[in-house]
Amino acid sequence: MVKSLAHRLLPLVGVGLALLVWWAASLQIPDLPSPWRTWEESKIYILEPLEKRGETDQGIALLAYYSLVRVAEGFLLGIAIATPLGFLFGVSPILTRMFDPLMQIMRPISPLAWLPLGLVLFQKSEPAALFAIAVCSMWPTLVNTMQGVRAIPQDYWNVAKVLRLSRWTTFTKIIVPATLPYMFTGYRLSLGIAWLVIVASEMLTGTPGVGGFLWQEYNSLVYAHILLAIVTIGVIGFVLDRLMGMAEARLRAA
Amino acid sequence: MAFIEATGVSKSFQTPRARKPVLRDVAFSVERGEFVSIVGAMGSGKSTFLSILAGLTAPDAGTVVIDGVPVTGIRRDAAFVFQNYSLLPWFTALENVRLAVGAAFPELPVHEQRAQAERALEQVGLANAVHRRPSQLSGGMRQRVAIARAFATRPTVLFLDEPFGALDALTRETLQQDLAKLCSSAERPVTIVMITNSVEEALLLSDRIVPIMAGPPATLGSPISVDLPKPRSIAHLARDEQASHVRVHVVATLTAALGHRKPRAATGSAAQADARARDAAGGTVALAPAEE
Repeated sequence: MVKSLAHRLLPLVGVGLALLVWWAASLQIPDLPSPWRTWEESKIYILEPLEKRGETDQGIALLAYYSLVRVAEGFLLGIAIATPLGFLFGVSPILTRMFDPLMQIMRPISPLAWLPLGLVLFQKSEPAALFAIAVCSMWPTLVNTMQGVRAIPQDYWNVAKVLRLSRWTTFTKIIVPATLPYMFTGYRLSLGIAWLVIVASEMLTGTPGVGGFLWQEYNSLVYAHILLAIVTIGVIGFVLDRLMGMAEARLRAA
Repeated sequence: MAFIEATGVSKSFQTPRARKPVLRDVAFSVERGEFVSIVGAMGSGKSTFLSILAGLTAPDAGTVVIDGVPVTGIRRDAAFVFQNYSLLPWFTALENVRLAVGAAFPELPVHEQRAQAERALEQVGLANAVHRRPSQLSGGMRQRVAIARAFATRPTVLFLDEPFGALDALTRETLQQDLAKLCSSAERPVTIVMITNSVEEALLLSDRIVPIMAGPPATLGSPISVDLPKPRSIAHLARDEQASHVRVHVVATLTAALGHRKPRAATGSAAQADARARDAAGGTVALAPAEE
């Protein structure tokens, strides 16, 4: 009992140590606000999370909401493209051979590189941000779905053959259920990337959201709010990952 | 012409080093409604031969004709039971069977497909387990589902690939008897080809036994008729004179082909050969693969 309590408190000890390091650093660097000053200057955003005082001066929940909506749109667009492509590449060695080198080249491109291209293509910052999120977040879904299809045991293909299942039935009754766990692993990783991209794209385009807020507060020299934004981004990213992880676990158990 | 007629069937597989012939110029025939077992050691090429008969694999040369029609793929009226059950884990027993019924009779309304699948599961004694998934069923029950799936489509030809190979001896025996019952109670005659490594199992179920000798390439021995009334029991087979004659013959043919030894079983006394045969044929004991 005592041991399990200590065990549970260990993460808090870790957080405490990090705060200590932060505090020590703030003593050395005059521009870096201490944890306490950060709280003092940021608490209005947290205690009144839905307050809208101006275009960028809004409660943290509102800012997070704008970012989350944008991420959801870009992420859904990304997986809507990546999932069918993953199935296609999974069943067709010819398509894989054709597009694999291209994929390998496009995968490591940074969101910061896609964004200007999006601006050229769409002229507006909002669709450009969606474009960047979709293009960057689709790869894990594409690769995992593809691998999921390839990992289908020969037994299941034999069933499809022996029962003379139609292509469509084979797809819905065998390929999709067999690939589902892999797909969801892909979705979880894709969502993580989408959340990374949103901050960068908001900083570049100056749209309201957690990333936009961070960049604007940097420009207005309110450094405490930078730290607020960073912590917020981290916490939301963590929660998103946990939620997707839970969905994934349910699926594996089923 | 026989119901199933295979002539000049050859097949070889490409290995990294060379082409390995598995079957060469094999001929085989089965009459309508007959139960024929192909008995041989593991790795003798009998699985390959069965999948060629069924149309799962195309031969390099030769033809298979079933009911006057050359085989080019799985026939509409054929069913297959695999050694490893091959059930879909995300479906219940009922859904697994229903999928087969739906594929065989797409014009049937869904509730009738379900009813037909339920009947098939009842026939194999799984009325109480229709809503369980394969992971919640024992090995024997899974294979019952697979057998129900095969019979639910009312096939005229049935291919059994070591259907009881993965089961323990007791489960194996009850399932063998159940299969025999299903075959005799089917509405129309079902022609069955089974491959197995157990001579006893072949004796229990078949009208004819064809030994397959490991190659490469494998060759088929001459078929032996089993003229015993059905249903048969293991206990009766152990004492029956004709059964022991067939057993000796099959095992002698198979052991003669093993390695490069003299066919001792064929030259030794009948009693010796019979004892050896029983050793080799014992329920779960597989015949050894050919020595290189």
